[in-house]
Amino acid sequence: MQSIYQKAARLLSTVSVAALGLAGAAQADTLRLLTWGGYAPEDVVAMFEKETGHTVEVTLSNNEEMIAKLRATRGGGFDLAQPSQDRIAGPQAEFGIYKPIDLSKIDAGQFIGSMLEATKTNTTVDGEVYGVPHVWGTSGLVVDTAKAGSVKDYTDLCNADVAGKVSYRLKRPTLIGFGYAMGLDPFAAYGDEAAYKEVIDQVEAKLIDCKANVKTYWGGGDELMGLLRSGEVVASMAWDTGGWKLNADNPDITFVAPASGALGWIDTFVLPAKGKADDAAYDWINFVMRPEIAAKITDAAGNFTASKGADEYVSADLKARYQASFPPEAVDNIKWYPPVPAGLEMIEGAALDRVKAAN
Amino acid sequence: MRAGSKLGFILLFTPLVLWLGLLIIIPHIDMFLISIRERIGVGKYDTSLANYLTFFGEPLYMLTFARTALMSVLATALTLVIGFPVAFYIAKIAKGRLQSALFLLCLVPFWVSELVRTFGWMILLRETGVFSNLLQWVGLADQPVEMLYNDVAMMVGLVYTSMLFMVVPLITTMESLDDSVIEAGYDLGGNGMSVMREIVIPHAMPGIVSGSIVVFMLSLGNYLTPTMLGGKDSLWFTELIYSQFIVRFNWELGAAFGFMLLLLSSIIVWGTLKLSGQTLEKTMG
Repeated sequence: MQSIYQKAARLLSTVSVAALGLAGAAQADTLRLLTWGGYAPEDVVAMFEKETGHTVEVTLSNNEEMIAKLRATRGGGFDLAQPSQDRIAGPQAEFGIYKPIDLSKIDAGQFIGSMLEATKTNTTVDGEVYGVPHVWGTSGLVVDTAKAGSVKDYTDLCNADVAGKVSYRLKRPTLIGFGYAMGLDPFAAYGDEAAYKEVIDQVEAKLIDCKANVKTYWGGGDELMGLLRSGEVVASMAWDTGGWKLNADNPDITFVAPASGALGWIDTFVLPAKGKADDAAYDWINFVMRPEIAAKITDAAGNFTASKGADEYVSADLKARYQASFPPEAVDNIKWYPPVPAGLEMIEGAALDRVKAAN
Repeated sequence: MRAGSKLGFILLFTPLVLWLGLLIIIPHIDMFLISIRERIGVGKYDTSLANYLTFFGEPLYMLTFARTALMSVLATALTLVIGFPVAFYIAKIAKGRLQSALFLLCLVPFWVSELVRTFGWMILLRETGVFSNLLQWVGLADQPVEMLYNDVAMMVGLVYTSMLFMVVPLITTMESLDDSVIEAGYDLGGNGMSVMREIVIPHAMPGIVSGSIVVFMLSLGNYLTPTMLGGKDSLWFTELIYSQFIVRFNWELGAAFGFMLLLLSSIIVWGTLKLSGQTLEKTMG
């Protein structure tokens, strides 16, 4: 028996993870990661697999599908997921699809302190923390400045000079963005269903008015890229990264932070309730939050991470685009999504259905 | 001997029962149970018919429902009108190698996925697409023409997607029609029209009905084509179901919608069979 332990000990000491003090991780697991495109670039996955011995299976998705998938299996099938921080508390209270995060297993020193604290607060249900931040970014407007210079805010998408050449998504960010541009305050009304309904009703009327201006409602990032690149659409609601990507090909097109404020989101790490490889999940979190790894993810996804000190490693191009789109006052004006209370989605859903059906 | 055949029967029957039971019947029962739940608070549910009432109470849902049904019927009719001459030519006029070549041509587009085919149509119809550029080059248009994101584009996509499922059953039934019967029709003084009406169409009726049923079901349940080609005005019922399930987390209403769609398609198929005087056994067997 003695010799087996000795062998095991020797084996452990040779594995680099043992040096990190993560003895549990020495056992190789398969990490089933449910994430967004660009958040788990191949080179990062390869480095992680080499260092820890775990294997990573990546599934790409979006917020709604992540929650729907986890709901269908009651939190099984994946070991780590990355929904946005505003979509954690509601679904957790409603469906119980996540499990609390053991913060002692996370290297908090690698995170930007304020962002970590804010995410923890927003993802706390019954005193337990369910999420830690990973990637953050904003949504606002992507504008072809040569052809649609007049578009400075969401409501400008309804201007006559861009008729038939604009696009947006029929999803909740559009409702919220238009709400702010119309001088309303949707986030303040979150707690009060009746007040929120009133806000959404006004936005709905505006969107129905605006419908004739819209070429089509885009569904996925690639569809939007195609529309903007071909020039069929000259202004659209979109994510900042989309604008910066297009900016690399065509200097006229770029991301514009709307006058009423860009909407800020933070994608997080959460543990699905029936995840089977928690240790591998914690290893992955600690691994990708290292500044040099986080910078690789920023280069792949185009968005900045909550990793402290990663900015230094990010390419100068991306930094320049970021600074051009976000002067300091625009950064201060970012509206961060608060957690969505359960039930609001139904009000929004009904409004969006009516917009879609309107002529 | 008797015990042996019984065992054989059970062995042959088991896969079918498992298939139907596990993949169709049990999920539907579960779906039905979800559809009669009503959310009354965080994580709390009550049994009620509220979801079905929502469906009947909201004009938007009824409108989409009716629109989807009508458009599917129209798509089926168009597919039949376009598919019938094609099938007749392949089955009765083309001979030998030409016949198989033409049949193969009908099949070729279906070697790629529906998504790719739909993208193909998007490339053709979009404002900066092939047709628009062609029209400008010929001089028929002086500025880019948008042909995408309307009902016509959607209809084109639906007909194209389901063409094969109409042509194949039609060819099969028409091939079984003896040429001498058609000749006899002409010998007895019939012309093209009356031979078609009195001989070919009645003979092809099972094929017409089964093809129509398949095409109708495919159109009614299609999600991709209406969403991609229809754009901002697509408004297809499957899209509503998808968004209730995935985007709104409202499985209860989504499940109720699913059942309404099942009911609708059953009624229309049943009605078609009654109207055409066919039975399911005759058309499918």
